[in-house]
Amino acid sequence: MLRDITIGQYYRADSLLHRLDPRVKLFGTLVYVITLFLHKSPVNYVMSLIFLITVIAISKVPVSYIIKGLRAIAVILIFSVLINMLFIEEGKVVIDIGWIQITDEGLETAFYLGTRLIMLVLGTSLLTFTTTPNQLTDGLEKSLGFLNKIKVPVHVMAMIMSIALRFIPVLTEELDKIMKAQTARGIDFESGGLLKRVRSMVPIVVPLFIAAVRRANDLAMAMESRCYHGGEGRTKLRPLVYGKRDLAAYAVLIIFTIWMIYLSFYSPWR
Amino acid sequence: MSIRLENVSYKYDENTKEKSYALKNIKLEIKKGEFVGIVGHTGSGKSTLIQHLNGLLKPSGGKVFYNERDIFETGFPLRELRGKVGVCFQYPEYQLFEVTVLDDVCFGPMNFGKTRQEAEEISRRALLDVGIEESIFHKSPFELSGGQRRRAAIAGILAMEPEYFVLDEPTAGLDPAGRDQILNLLKELHEKKGIAIILVSHSMEDVAACADRVVVMSHGKILYDGDKREVFSHEKELKEVGLSVPFYRSLAGDLRERGFMIREDVLTLEETKDAIMDILRKKRNNA
Repeated sequence: MLRDITIGQYYRADSLLHRLDPRVKLFGTLVYVITLFLHKSPVNYVMSLIFLITVIAISKVPVSYIIKGLRAIAVILIFSVLINMLFIEEGKVVIDIGWIQITDEGLETAFYLGTRLIMLVLGTSLLTFTTTPNQLTDGLEKSLGFLNKIKVPVHVMAMIMSIALRFIPVLTEELDKIMKAQTARGIDFESGGLLKRVRSMVPIVVPLFIAAVRRANDLAMAMESRCYHGGEGRTKLRPLVYGKRDLAAYAVLIIFTIWMIYLSFYSPWR
Repeated sequence: MSIRLENVSYKYDENTKEKSYALKNIKLEIKKGEFVGIVGHTGSGKSTLIQHLNGLLKPSGGKVFYNERDIFETGFPLRELRGKVGVCFQYPEYQLFEVTVLDDVCFGPMNFGKTRQEAEEISRRALLDVGIEESIFHKSPFELSGGQRRRAAIAGILAMEPEYFVLDEPTAGLDPAGRDQILNLLKELHEKKGIAIILVSHSMEDVAACADRVVVMSHGKILYDGDKREVFSHEKELKEVGLSVPFYRSLAGDLRERGFMIREDVLTLEETKDAIMDILRKKRNNA
């Protein structure tokens, strides 16, 4: 059950996307997200969708695996779609059931919002599917390196992020174990009122927190014993160097962005 | 009165086909009052197997019976079963969460409908049984040493007063003294209270010292199931699947190879010592 959380995980495969420089992928994700929010016309959506499908096809990550990631946002997705559907009052009323009135504009907004969210999650999760936490940290560190000049601790932040990503599966596994152990001790999640149910989470949450702290402690110790001392003066075993394919990817991305901006602001079909 | 697995199979992922079987066609019956050791190398399916005994995992194929009743038929009180079949997972000390040791041990019995007072009484006894002194009862579990925490967690299951007590590697990571303490506790629970013990372990020595019956697992299947002396006589086959026989048994083998004809089926230090002394005595008498 909990094994199914795939969002934020790395998927091992050998594809063009896996081999790209992480900075290109970061840039690509950023551009993709921005253009997704520029959208005004169906043409843009179709273009974004084609882009997304192409990239997924190149990535060699199984589609079912990517779709699983949507489960994590299912609640937010349904909630925001419903809110838009029910509370937008402009436009023509299409469905009228007593106190619920759904307008055509509400439906349209809800539809676009839904697709936008789904495409956002699918697109961005590709970044972590195809990039190891280490690469991601390196990429972030290098592309945000300029922030060091205004005293932003880029290395530290990148390290925190990559450790957090790395620990999602570890902690879900831990959670799974703890839940089983407490179930074996007869914990009852189902019956009782809200307060009792919240209380029944205590035997799960407390050990999980303790486990997290223990893991953090162990990791800190392991890092220190391997002489980790932060970013200063650290050299890389494999420094990031752009290759031909990275430059080509940049070119594709820039053309895509310009095309999307053109479509949103100047095209005849917007 | 028994737990019976009938052709139980378990797949990790329902969608994938052949390879992901964790258990294949397991047939196993554990009767009340038995002491069964389950051995197998890492990934052989031991831990998956024991989660079927109290219905934490639902088999992908086959059935689990408790006292001849299918535990997954509708209306079967699964939660009650978990009180009867107490499962203590690996590193149980990480599931402690209460403010005091005693409160934590009370958690189990109170979940199974005991009042606070009854639960406390049972818990005190359970804690004393595992060798934790009164003075520690009201300490936080996190102040205890590793071995004490392990024993407190075991007391947490014991206080549920199970008929079957399943333990997954209860001695992993303990020092020899801690290990002996836990193994002795299990023997005592088995002999004095008649609780059936199912001990999952890597250690052939632990199993040989305590269990009567040994189940050997390999790649999700049961390889051997029977009396421990019979099972450990398959030395060659066990080595082929990456397992060993108890140290004293292979020691006896080595001695025989060198012409010291000690009996072959010794399993513990005590037995080996007696066997050696016997032969020496005979030799002296003959001389």
